[in-house]
Amino acid sequence: MSTTVLNCGYVPLVDSAPLIVAQELRFAADEGIELNLLPQPSWAALRDLLALGHLNVAHMLSPMPTAMSLGLSGPPAQVDALMVLSANGTVIGVSSMMADAMRAKGWHGGFDNPEATAPPMLAALNRPLRVGVPFPFSMHRLLFEYWIRHSGGASDMQIITTPPPLMADAVSSGELDVFCVGEPWGSVAVNAGVGELILPGVAIWAQAPEKVLAARRVWIDDNAASVSGLMRAVSRAARWLDQPENRVLAIEILERSAHLSLPVSAVEHALTGRFATRAGGPPVHVPDFVRFYDRATNFPWRSQAAWIGEQISHLSGIDRSHAIEVAQSTMRPDSYRMHLGPLGVDMPGASAKVEGALAHSTAVASTKGQMILGPDAFFDGKIYDFTPLE
Amino acid sequence: MTCRRWQRTSSVGPTVVASDMKIAVVESDPARAREIIDALTEDGWEDVVVLGDVIGLARKLSALNPDLVLIDLANPSRDALEQISVASDAQSRPVAMFVDHSDDEMTQAAVTAGLSAYVVGALQPERIRPVLKTAIARFKMMSQMRLELEAAKQALADRKTVDRAKGMIMRARGIGEEEAYALLRKTAMSQNRKVIDVAQALLTASDLLS
Repeated sequence: MSTTVLNCGYVPLVDSAPLIVAQELRFAADEGIELNLLPQPSWAALRDLLALGHLNVAHMLSPMPTAMSLGLSGPPAQVDALMVLSANGTVIGVSSMMADAMRAKGWHGGFDNPEATAPPMLAALNRPLRVGVPFPFSMHRLLFEYWIRHSGGASDMQIITTPPPLMADAVSSGELDVFCVGEPWGSVAVNAGVGELILPGVAIWAQAPEKVLAARRVWIDDNAASVSGLMRAVSRAARWLDQPENRVLAIEILERSAHLSLPVSAVEHALTGRFATRAGGPPVHVPDFVRFYDRATNFPWRSQAAWIGEQISHLSGIDRSHAIEVAQSTMRPDSYRMHLGPLGVDMPGASAKVEGALAHSTAVASTKGQMILGPDAFFDGKIYDFTPLE
Repeated sequence: MTCRRWQRTSSVGPTVVASDMKIAVVESDPARAREIIDALTEDGWEDVVVLGDVIGLARKLSALNPDLVLIDLANPSRDALEQISVASDAQSRPVAMFVDHSDDEMTQAAVTAGLSAYVVGALQPERIRPVLKTAIARFKMMSQMRLELEAAKQALADRKTVDRAKGMIMRARGIGEEEAYALLRKTAMSQNRKVIDVAQALLTASDLLS
């Protein structure tokens, strides 16, 4: 079998794991693909190189294909999400000063209660909150703003884009009161003693699509064989990552990997779901902190995209129905079914679901009989039923 | 978001590269920053500020209000600049970006895609002058196109306002179109106002009374 080399951009974060595992454990090679993994210094650089065709595929923040397709971010380009690479995996933290101010307003700590955490956070300071996010169009920002908006919070927050490796420094220098970031950078801030973690992203939305595997629509249409091989390899890597017995080996592979130049033992917290929320504090276990495969995590739900489109319309002011329609068109369940069905990956019956309806894991009809979905609840119990595109 | 605009697009002169432009260089390596400042000074750009510590970059740029920003593509703080472009008018920001390898195809693609400030080559002192000239020229071209587009949109909106005011006068006075327009013009001239302002005032008054 001849080998096809694909230029694959990623930002060195724990959740780029499916791509690294696909290459390192030779799932890609089995499909005749070599992933030329190209680390990118910023999401903007990765976005532009994908838009200009210098990257074939990329590990991307889930709102980015929609923002790009709406012309809100970088050169306008029709970019689609072939599959979701991971769900959840982010944390929200506050500066040590802010944590003290929140305690003075009755915050009892804890890492699992958005309703009880919002009021003391919003009451802590007598000025607008300064909130660090990794990118203007990131799930981190969408979740944080959703949480605050649905907690009766102020609309005068300052959202400050801060590259994740600089987040801890920005907190310690007093530039940020709050930070929303993917692991390992939350734990880095805690270990440096500059901040405390107050919530995992999963507490706001139990199944938030975090990163996607993205490519330009024209490239997807012209390279069906490569797309198929790539998706099969990444799907197998994701399944391997979600088998509990493989997590220890996964941590070792990622920590030793030249692809992630992360601090030593930084990968562990995210993959075990065990966190110290403050320096020297006892570890807290967060179930489902990050998920790569189970519960149909990789399936590109049109309804998840619609939720993203709705949130983007909130923060950018563009028309809601237009944003939702474009967002839905960037998810490609058609391609997912076509390329991964033959591999035996179980498929849901529909390509859209009611988001937020499942408080617990639930069996639903699938192509192989039944599959387990959820939980996918929002912290405030809201339910989103978007009319499917199909 | 509260980041205010920090561009002063009007200070870029119409034909020559103004040497009094304020340039912000985002570069954390002091030696490299020094080289870039020297090269800029040698070429007549004196108002140069280096931002080495990138914590709070967006806030510092807001305070500085530079005319041009120089940054290397490989710099992770690029995402912080991105925020400014989202917070303010995306295209009114002259940023010269350096791509660390030569690739004609990419430059061409970048230009076609409307990225006015992508420049091929690492951030090297000897390349700065042509690079800045190109970035400023492209930026001015884009600004001009946007200004013209805005002007065209405004003209269209004004014409609609005047047409509505004319129609109102025609109905109220039972006169023809030319006569109605002449009346509008005469009123404007006698009050030393523009026709569009008189038309707008008429529509506002009519909305209030109806």
